[in-house]
Amino acid sequence: MPMTTNERPLSPHLSIYKVELPMLLSGLHRITGIALSIGSLLLVAWLESAVYSAEAFATMSRFLGSVIGQLVLFGWTFSLIYHSVSGVRHLLWDTGSLLEVKQIHSSSKVVVAVTIVLTVLVWILAGGFPGGAS
Amino acid sequence: MNHRYRNPLSVARGLGSSKDGLGHWWKQRLTSVALVPLVLWFVVSMIALAGQDRAHVLNWLHSPLHAVVFSLFLIVSLYHANLGLRKIYEDYVQVRWLQLSSRIATDFAAVLLGFAGVFALLRQAFGG
Repeated sequence: MPMTTNERPLSPHLSIYKVELPMLLSGLHRITGIALSIGSLLLVAWLESAVYSAEAFATMSRFLGSVIGQLVLFGWTFSLIYHSVSGVRHLLWDTGSLLEVKQIHSSSKVVVAVTIVLTVLVWILAGGFPGGAS
Repeated sequence: MNHRYRNPLSVARGLGSSKDGLGHWWKQRLTSVALVPLVLWFVVSMIALAGQDRAHVLNWLHSPLHAVVFSLFLIVSLYHANLGLRKIYEDYVQVRWLQLSSRIATDFAAVLLGFAGVFALLRQAFGG
């Protein structure tokens, strides 16, 4: 009996398509979503450390200021901004607009450009990288 | 719709092979819309708090407005994350028991993080 399910036709898989920007961005939306879900652990941990004790906050600040901490924070910042910008495009798609193939390609470039500009801007404003924060 | 292959109960429920209706999709959109202003607020706030000492952060959290909006951000984003992760398990975790236990673990984690975060925020805003 289980054999019958295997004989159903399958839709084409990833490997059959030419790799293009919109499909990479679609995957990136999910990947950054997963990253942000895991990142919520760090956000709550930071919050708890501030409220809990001076030592806990100092330990957390040291970690966030370290090379690994800065890389994690940069990834966090990029993920939040990309997922938000891409998410707004998803909301626009839900209204039925920007769904022509040409528009999907051009809006993909806009999403990438806006994400890069905002990520760099936020990172500079927050004082990240040179010498490490805090 | 061709009803020959579907039993009457299935047709009456109006749920396809996903065994789910419009609920998940709609909740995901609603939380997305709510997150647009909340994320903007969160990013601006984090820029203001980055690199500050603990006294500054605690003072900032002492404002009920900040605590309430931060709580909203936490709850809505954890709920949104939970909805998204559920879809990812449905798409990539084929083994039924593993899919279900991943989903339950994520539900528990989201509620735990939400309560821990909101409790810390409200304690700082209203208590000592």
